[in-house]
Amino acid sequence: MITQKHIAGAIGLVVLLLLPVLIKLIFPGTDRYYLHLVIQILIWAFIYTGWSLMGRFGLTSLGHGAFTGIGAYVTVLLWNFAGITPWIGIPVAMVVATIAGVLVGYPCFRLRITGHYFALLTLAFTEFVRLCIVGLRDWTGGSLGTQPARYGDGLSLYAFQFEPNRVLAYYIVLAVWLIGLAIWIKVDRSMDRYALDAASQDEDAAASVGINVTREKLKITALSSAMCAFGGAIYGQYQMYIGPDTIAGLGVSLNIVFAVIAGGIWSLFGPTFGAVFTQVLAETLRVGLRGSETLSKILGQSALALDTFIYGLLLVLFIIYMPKGVVGTLAERWKRKAGS
Amino acid sequence: MMFGFFSSLDCSLDIFFVEALINGVLLAGLLALLALGLNLIFGVIDVVWICYAELVMIGMYAIFYFVQVLGLPLPLAFLLAIGLVACSGALLHYLVIRPVLDQPPINQLLVTGGVLFLLQAAATMAFGIEFRNLGIRLGSVNFGDMSFAWSRIITFAVALGAMIVLWQFLTRTYIGTAIRAISQDRQIMPLMGVDQKKVYLATSAIGGGLAGLAACLMVLQYDIYPQIGLQFGPLTFMICVLGGLGNMVGGFVAAFIIAQFITIGGSCVATEWGYAVAFLFFMLVIFVRPQGLFGAKS
Repeated sequence: MITQKHIAGAIGLVVLLLLPVLIKLIFPGTDRYYLHLVIQILIWAFIYTGWSLMGRFGLTSLGHGAFTGIGAYVTVLLWNFAGITPWIGIPVAMVVATIAGVLVGYPCFRLRITGHYFALLTLAFTEFVRLCIVGLRDWTGGSLGTQPARYGDGLSLYAFQFEPNRVLAYYIVLAVWLIGLAIWIKVDRSMDRYALDAASQDEDAAASVGINVTREKLKITALSSAMCAFGGAIYGQYQMYIGPDTIAGLGVSLNIVFAVIAGGIWSLFGPTFGAVFTQVLAETLRVGLRGSETLSKILGQSALALDTFIYGLLLVLFIIYMPKGVVGTLAERWKRKAGS
Repeated sequence: MMFGFFSSLDCSLDIFFVEALINGVLLAGLLALLALGLNLIFGVIDVVWICYAELVMIGMYAIFYFVQVLGLPLPLAFLLAIGLVACSGALLHYLVIRPVLDQPPINQLLVTGGVLFLLQAAATMAFGIEFRNLGIRLGSVNFGDMSFAWSRIITFAVALGAMIVLWQFLTRTYIGTAIRAISQDRQIMPLMGVDQKKVYLATSAIGGGLAGLAACLMVLQYDIYPQIGLQFGPLTFMICVLGGLGNMVGGFVAAFIIAQFITIGGSCVATEWGYAVAFLFFMLVIFVRPQGLFGAKS
């Protein structure tokens, strides 16, 4: 049966498929910049969606900055030093991230490390991975970061490099994002989701009705870490630069968690909205502040930090007043209206 | 990767090793002080301030401002900074933590993460990203071939003193007793006539004051820059969890263990590897004893 939802979805998909054309029509001349913005939003939306798979079940991991870092660095290092194509490198990176996720997750779930302890333990894991990246500076370039070696003109199927062609990059990233949404829906409709929901409410009760809590949690952790590693690898292939602070580390972890919470952790489009919100906010503030003469006169160079300032302020306000996120709160209000 | 790591780990029990060992003890004093404030707040309010190290950074910048811009004498700047950070701590509790006390614990942790971004950005806007310092050189003492910076020795002594004073305060005064009582039973104490809100606010101010004190000690040794919190924050959480969150004595011991990893690892191999091994050790310990080294079994 075709419902309103299907029609809205189809219209949305058509708009997204035609987006490069639309952008070219609306912003002639600066279309490359706007397309770049959309591409970044989609990559991060995919990573955020990957995190939200775990986060929605009370597994607030601050370790996903490590998984994106593993994804990006393993792929790039295999390509730069062993000449292994990302077509093999990315799956390898995902396997490495999954193994790391399971190694950290298994003891946590067995010993029932939850809440604060889980968050702080995964935070330590993120720091560990970041320090390893910085420490192995002969290969990774240390804190300065590194670049995947350009293959020919930087446009190659073999090397999975597509940065010069923004439209192609857009379609690749769009496909990645759609896969992310499909995985989310698949998980949302699975039995595992009910099991995990139950486990997040009360582990003992869930275990007593025959749910293998540890296994369920490990499954979702493996999926989530593999997705984040994939997202990190795609980010590296598109940006053609990776650094320990841009794709790994505590900053990335916190950004992931916050964007999802701002967008809405329990909704399909919550993480995506979080990505749109944070990226657009950062960009408009950056461009707006650079363009405004009065503001740059008052603040000078430090105007660059104003976007982070407003970002931090908004996060605090969001958690205090909208703990369900923008999408979640709007959906609730809409439902209440429809109900009354 | 690990091969190169182990082959370079060839330090014998020589003079440098002993020097690193003692420097580790001195560093432990500072880390223990940092962990103390966070542990106090967690023990009483049951909230982790992710932005704790950022409060320290605010204190460091305040001292820098008071001394370099306003030209105040150093001791007065220290006192003002401690007062300022204590007020920030109380304000943080009143404005940010109080409204989310009923929310899931993880939201309380994340809301202070928002404050982390806010404070870091505020510092960048006010002072820029350059490294700053007060240019204080206290010299060092020499024992044979070993030398120890005075700033580190003073830091250690003051940190130790602060812990003793706090302990006296918690055991000898009325409000101190109330704080300990609240940390033991959050539900019953309000019924016994303890004003929970007042105790929370006082605890936050004391926690902030300890961060301010740590700031005074850190300007003697470290450069000030907006990201300094990211260097010390994760370390502080790790020490608190390792010692058992809320357990102040445990935090003290954990600080000594972690500091040894950092200084000995740092002097044998490279600084990052000292830190990396410390984090790895931390994860392994938590896998064996989830409640921390000295935490009570729940």
